[in-house]
Formats: sequence, structure tokens, C-alpha cells
Amino acid sequence: MAEVITKATRVSFGEALSEMADSRPDIIVLDADLAAATNTAIFRDAHPDRFFDCGIAEANMIGVAAGLAASGKTPVAASFAMFATGRAFEQIRNSVAYPNLNVKIAGSHAGISTGEDGATHQCLEDIGIMRTIPGMVVINPADHWEMKAATKAAMDYNGPVYIRLGRLAVDSFNDPETYKFEWGKGITLREGSDITVIATGLCVLESLKAVDELIAEGKSVRLINIHTIKPIDREIVIKAAKETGRIITVEEHNIIGGLADAVCEVTSSECPVPVRRIGVNDEFGYSGPAKELLDIFGLTAPNIKKVILEELEK
Amino acid sequence: MNQADKRNLEILACKARMGAIIGTFHAKSGHPGGSLSAADMFTYLYFKEMNVDPSNPSWEDRDRFVLSKGHCCPSLYAILALKGYFDWKELEVLRHVGAMLQGHPDMKGTPGIDMSSGSLGQGVSAACGMALAAKIDNKDYRVYTVLGDGECEEGEVWEAAMFAGHHNLDNLTVIVDCNGLQIDGTTEEVGGVEPLDTKFESFGFDTVIIDGHDFDAIEGAMAQAKASDKPFAIIMKTVKGKGVSFMENQVGWHGKATNAEEFEIAMAELKAQLAELEA
Repeated sequence: MAEVITKATRVSFGEALSEMADSRPDIIVLDADLAAATNTAIFRDAHPDRFFDCGIAEANMIGVAAGLAASGKTPVAASFAMFATGRAFEQIRNSVAYPNLNVKIAGSHAGISTGEDGATHQCLEDIGIMRTIPGMVVINPADHWEMKAATKAAMDYNGPVYIRLGRLAVDSFNDPETYKFEWGKGITLREGSDITVIATGLCVLESLKAVDELIAEGKSVRLINIHTIKPIDREIVIKAAKETGRIITVEEHNIIGGLADAVCEVTSSECPVPVRRIGVNDEFGYSGPAKELLDIFGLTAPNIKKVILEELEK
Repeated sequence: MNQADKRNLEILACKARMGAIIGTFHAKSGHPGGSLSAADMFTYLYFKEMNVDPSNPSWEDRDRFVLSKGHCCPSLYAILALKGYFDWKELEVLRHVGAMLQGHPDMKGTPGIDMSSGSLGQGVSAACGMALAAKIDNKDYRVYTVLGDGECEEGEVWEAAMFAGHHNLDNLTVIVDCNGLQIDGTTEEVGGVEPLDTKFESFGFDTVIIDGHDFDAIEGAMAQAKASDKPFAIIMKTVKGKGVSFMENQVGWHGKATNAEEFEIAMAELKAQLAELEA
């Protein structure tokens, strides 16, 4: 069993960027006065000549990134998910995605686990917003090792990518010795034949806990980690639908627009099966400690386990 | 500027105006008013100012141009055609299905277009990114962008201006086409965007106000821009619809193409101007 590293994916992201800097002089990092929070500060402190703080002006930051990319650079533009994808949506759509420029957008403090800052900062729509833009890749890594690998893969990919980062420190569950990040490929973490749980981001570990308990109790539950929400791994979803006949999605996002919809878009056309959606039920969050909020909104192992059992009994 | 050079630019600008009228007529849509007000500036940029190579549009050391007021592309397209980036005949299928020339500039499909634009306020940010890239690489290319005066109502313009001032992008020249009109009326009535020179100055720019239809004035402003150690804003006063009598200073010609009868009148006027210039 690999050593457990407890670290927020935003930190893993900042570390990965900084580690790549020497071999990739084309990488330029932009932030909007949140470098300490998004952890682009790790890159800034090591490579100050390639870091530019754009101030609290996300729309311009995305446009500057587009101009840098049009001039041969590989820019990363980071802010909170809410402001990067919400405030600057149209800049991302028209100045980055339409010309297919090589800009990476990093949205930190995504989801309800942003915690005490409350609803204005708990972005529950970013995956949906980014997923609707043609050509945009959307990735949502689940732990330290996955984030490091995904960040490197995103920087090696030529085109616009949205990377979702979390604020809350989470335990790693992947083994760095064996973990392999494959662009656009889901990862089957547990095999099973009666139902499939498809999770993303920090909900993967919570789902893993729930599924392992059920497996110990003799149930046959499949668990898939989807780190690339767009383009989604159609094959793994279709196979799960066909072989297990029932799917549960788990995400720290509005149940509208995110992983649930991405999965349903595949199953509805390829192999219609019931899909139960665990997520935030089209409502705003509120202030509170992250872990309490995750419990309240049903995004931790006990509720996931309960829902799986309900579905198994149907 | 000597008279021959000036005459040559005036001829090219007149042809660019014809191109804008031809393109929008065939498209049965588009934006002639602002295309005509900015035509002289586009002409100067591509035939006098910028270091570009139409046979190698993506040459990495070229000067860059971003048309932040992307809707005024018809006359820019005409200038790019005259410069040799693509065939003039493309103007006759502007905005048609499958055409190379899109309703707003598309960098992926059109040689010579350095940045896709059209959503107001965004081009100037991209121009800042290009100017920053030149600084990072210690390259001496310059970046030019043309904005509308109405466009300056967009907050992003001022985010970009603050960025350019803060990072001292002295290789950036922002040109504001002040034709005084926007869709819903005069800029004074609608948005209250003036005064623009002192606004840009307060964001760290050097500025000059010129007549945007006077090539001597444009030449002087460009020299000032290059001599300045700050980002530079050229506030150019222009006439919307310049060169076509019934379009001049008319709000209604912001985004409307000529019908067959109007097209003949407009082209006759421009042809007469061209004949006079070529005489």
C-alpha cells in the first residue's frame, strides 16, 4: 500500500507546474491576485520572470493568456473556479476556445468544499460551463498523484484545457508506482457486476470508502474514476451500463451540467440505464467547515453507501 | 510625408473603402460605418507602419495587429487583400457559408489576422498578451490594436489599460477610432465614455489626439508612440461612414449593408474620389 499523502490538489498542481518550469521555457503563469490560494505562488517564487500577476481582473487575464498563446507561449491562467470560469466565461469562449489557443485555465476552490467563504465562492457550475464550449478539455483530478500527472499531461497537450482544483486537503489513494494518467480514459478502481459508481474529484475517495465497505459486505460494486470529464471515456461508461445495468454518479458539482450529464449523454444514446445522480441538487451552498458541508450535501461515504444500497435493492 | 506617398496611401484607403462597401453589399449585412472611419488607419498600419510579410503571415518576429473592434473587418480585409494576403475576390463572398472571410475576424482561417475578435473589449487584452510575449522574449516587434470609442464602455478595456500601464508595455499602441457614434446613438448620449485621453493617461499611457483621416497626423502620432517609453494611445477623431456622403455621421449605417441602389451611389462616389486621386 502506497504512503498516503494528505494534500489539496491545488498544492499538487502548483508543485507540478514548478517542476515542469525548467524543461518548459514556454510556460508562463498568470494569476488574478490569488497566487497564494491557487498555489501558482510555488511557480512564482521559483520562476518570478515567468509569472505575471494580472490583479483582480480575470477577464483581462484570460485575454492576456490568449495573446501569449498566439505568440507561441503556453500560458496557465489561474483563479478561483468561480471567477475563472464564471466571470471570464466569454473571454474563454471567444478569445481562447474559438481560436483554439493553447491556454490552460486552472480553477481552484471548486465545489462546496471551499467551505467557510460560502455560496459566492463555492463554484458548482464550472464543469458545466466549460463542458459546453467546443474543443475545451475538462479535467478534475482526484488526489495528489493524479493531479501531478494530469497537470503535466495538460501542459503537453496542445489546446485549451480547464483544470479543476480543490481547496481541501484530501488523502491520496493512488499508488505513484503504478498510477498512469491516460488522457480521456477513466480508471476502473474496483470491479463489480451489479452496479457502477462513477465519481470524479474528491468524491472518488469517498466513493472508494463506500464501495470497499459494500464489497466487504459481499456486494458486487464497480467503481470508476473519471478524471477527464470532457472528452469523457465513452467506452468505459457504455461497458459499465451494459455489464452492470445501473449507474450512480458522484460529483461535487450541481447535478445539472457536470459529470452526471456527461454520463447520461453517453448512456442515453448508447445504452439507456437508470442513472442516479449524487451531487448538489441545483441549489446554492452556504458557509461552514468543508467536511461538514460535504456530509450535509451527501457527498461523503455514508450517504454514497446508502444510495448504492437503495439502488441495489431496486 | 511626401506628397507621392500620401497620395498613394489615399488611393489605397479609397480602395479599402470600396472593398468594405462591396463586401457588405454582397453579404447583405455587416458594418460599413466603422469600417469607413478606420480605413485610413488600417491603410497606414499595413502600408507604412507595420513590419509584416504577406508571404509569411505567421512570421514570428512580425509586428502584430488586433482589431479589437472586430466588426469593422470589411475594410481591414480589403487592406489585407491589397497587401497580398489573399485574393480580392474573397470580399465578394464575405459572410457567405463556407467563405474564408467571417463576419468577425478569425485567426484560424484568414491569413494576416493575428487574433480572432469581435466580442468588444477582448482584443485589447490579447494585444497586451502579445506585447508581453515580446518583452519576455526580448523581441522588438510592436503590437497595434484598434478599438472603437463605444467599445471603451467595456470594463475589460480598462482592465487591459491598467495591465499595460502597470507592466509598462511600451511596445503597445492602442488606437481608438472616435467616430462618436454607437448603435443606440452618439457615444455622448449612450455611454459617456469621453474624455478618453485623460482616462488612458491616468492608466499610465502617453496619448495624442489626432484627425484620423490625416496621414501626416497619423505618421506623427506613430512616431510619438515609438519614441514614448510608455504604452501609447492614439485617440483619433474620425467620421463614421467617411467617404460615402449618405453614410457620414449617420448612426443608422453602423450595421446595415447598402441595397442595390445605395450600392451604386456609394461606389460611384468612391470611384469619383479614386479618379481624382489618380489623376
